[in-house]
Amino acid sequence: MGILALIIKREFIAKVRNKSFIVMTFLSPLLIVGMSFLIGYLANMNAGEVKKIAIHDETGTFKKDFKNSKETTYTDLSALPFKAAKDTASKSYEGLIYIPKVANPKELATKVEYISDDSPSMEFIMEMEDVINHQLTQNNLKALGFDSVKIDSAQVKSDIHLSKFSGENSLKGLNEIKIGIGSAFGYLIMMFIIIYGNFVMRSVIEEKTNRIIEIIISSVKPYQLMMGKIIGNSLAGILQFAIWAIVGVVLLVGVSSFFGVQAGAASSVDPEMINAAKQELGGTIQMYLHEIWNLPIGTLITCFIIYFIGGYFLYSSLYAAIGAAVDSETDSQQFLLPIIMPLMLGVYVGFFTVMDDPHGTVATVFSMIPFTSPIVMLMRIPFGVPLWQIVLSIVLLFGTFFGVVWFASKIYRVGILMYGKKPTWKEMYKWLKY
Amino acid sequence: MSSILEVRNVVKQYGDYTALNSVSLEVPQGSIYGLLGPNGAGKTSLIRIINQITMPDGGEVFLDGEKLSPHHVQHIGYMPEERGLYKTMKVGEQCLYLAQLKGMSHADAKKQLKYWFEKFEIETWWDKKIQELSKGMAQKVQFIVTVLHEPKLLILDEPFSGFDPVNANLIKDEIIELNKKGTSVIFSTHRMESVEEMCDYIALIHKSNKLIEGKLIDVKKSHRTNAYEVGILSNNVERLMYDLTQKFQLQQTDFKSLNDELKLEVQLNGSAPNELLNILTQNGQVTHFVEKIPSINDIFIQTVSQK
Repeated sequence: MGILALIIKREFIAKVRNKSFIVMTFLSPLLIVGMSFLIGYLANMNAGEVKKIAIHDETGTFKKDFKNSKETTYTDLSALPFKAAKDTASKSYEGLIYIPKVANPKELATKVEYISDDSPSMEFIMEMEDVINHQLTQNNLKALGFDSVKIDSAQVKSDIHLSKFSGENSLKGLNEIKIGIGSAFGYLIMMFIIIYGNFVMRSVIEEKTNRIIEIIISSVKPYQLMMGKIIGNSLAGILQFAIWAIVGVVLLVGVSSFFGVQAGAASSVDPEMINAAKQELGGTIQMYLHEIWNLPIGTLITCFIIYFIGGYFLYSSLYAAIGAAVDSETDSQQFLLPIIMPLMLGVYVGFFTVMDDPHGTVATVFSMIPFTSPIVMLMRIPFGVPLWQIVLSIVLLFGTFFGVVWFASKIYRVGILMYGKKPTWKEMYKWLKY
Repeated sequence: MSSILEVRNVVKQYGDYTALNSVSLEVPQGSIYGLLGPNGAGKTSLIRIINQITMPDGGEVFLDGEKLSPHHVQHIGYMPEERGLYKTMKVGEQCLYLAQLKGMSHADAKKQLKYWFEKFEIETWWDKKIQELSKGMAQKVQFIVTVLHEPKLLILDEPFSGFDPVNANLIKDEIIELNKKGTSVIFSTHRMESVEEMCDYIALIHKSNKLIEGKLIDVKKSHRTNAYEVGILSNNVERLMYDLTQKFQLQQTDFKSLNDELKLEVQLNGSAPNELLNILTQNGQVTHFVEKIPSINDIFIQTVSQK
């Protein structure tokens, strides 16, 4: 077995055998599912609480428009004088909507107040504004001599039907799905670079503090050791991915077949109603699943693997260099910031610009820059990216990768034998010339 | 005699700092060679170059007549001063891994390991992790790892630090045994008594330069002062002193003895020892008569403080 293969094997086994790796591999999917259930549960629990809102309406025309709902109940305190209403509201209500008596509708529109010690949610403010707007508009129309009932009935709400040239029906939420999938892959890459980059760094520091490093590099070249470490750790990462992917695909196929095949199967109690409900729900979910299967999944997964490897190698060689330069993890912080910055930039720039315009200049440029391309390009791929752009971006990524590995291995080579001092950027630059 | 290692005019610089200034050495085949020098003299830099951990900026190194190249790592066994092992890896696996990195096959490594583990009576450690062993125990494993691949040249940097006297002795005996089988050994150490005891050759490096190199005996000869330590029980001290000062330079000295005698250090100044002995025997009972041989420690301190 070659030396590099030996090192890779050792690093891989050391990583995979680690208890935290095993726990993370099997626990994190559970954790994610558990978290989403928890979030759903918490959101529901919040919804169960009813907000009590008092209204002091001096005009008397608005209060009937505030309709009680599941979340809020409105109580009319217009009968009390304003001061008394305010006192009552401050004691036993969440807030008070105060509508003064102002003749001019334009002026009235700016005079309405919501008095509460808690700041209301955006949603609630918009709800209140909608009620006021609607009423005032109606009043205006009436004043101008329009029949509000007729206007109401003349209003149309459209529902545009989406389809493809092939005749297939499309879903409206598709862009959201694409963004969701793209961002999920982008986030995954970022998380993996940070987590596995840290593993590489820690493993380098471990060898340094164990003082085994000098024994190892009296047998192998530092470059071999560094590459072995990076590759060994990445294989462990890919294994983890593979496990998750298999679990994910099994789940996806399972859910697809449940709604596709099982929906028609009769259930014992009131079969027709359940069937109808299931078919309706099943129909929508089926369409979504269909769209997911229709995404360029092949390209997406291929690119994911290529960008994962490229991005990971690029960053983890930097992590290795930092690990070699410092004596302990606490010393590494100042050097880590410049590494994490472009990753964060990739995620946020990617998320906002890709959502805005997947093929805009900013998104395109960031999907070319090697330090952000693994994240941004993956976010763009669900929207369809020309092949030449993908190829160019990959070439740039791997070109930079070789440059960075060269640079990192120089620092690594010197750094692993330096003990007891915290290096500066300037010193690390000097090491390049040793 | 051919040399296992030849270092020719090796230069190593770190930035503006010169760690080795054109150093040349010759380690004879089958010798135990002491590489001495104060901290920061450049010993570790030289050793790292021999191990190809760093490259020299100038000069050449030859191992067994061949110019040093990557495949030579399997002929060198190196135990650095700062040593360690993977703490969470099992002893057996770790030894196998390190042996394979040195180019041994899995089967050979296993066979050799079995031999050493039996020799040191540590078979039960195979599945233990290093962190479960004491420091001394880990050092034993470290030694095995160093010699496992039967290197032609052993380089040991402060080999006895961290060993208790019993284990230090065990390791010392192993080194001597390996040396008898033909392994050449380079010792880098501050412990002069082990140099006196074990080394045939020494070199002294100080401030990036080699100051002394040669056979231990030759080095001592060249530093001999021709002085003798003398103990004498005399009834006529005045007469004795008079006779001695006519020919020699005297100095009061002290050494351990059972008698309450007169203790002198006598500088012969080119006379034969017998002339001194004659004067002594005429004037009293001689209890002690020894040539003052410079210790390596004296030579070391003398040479280093001169420069």
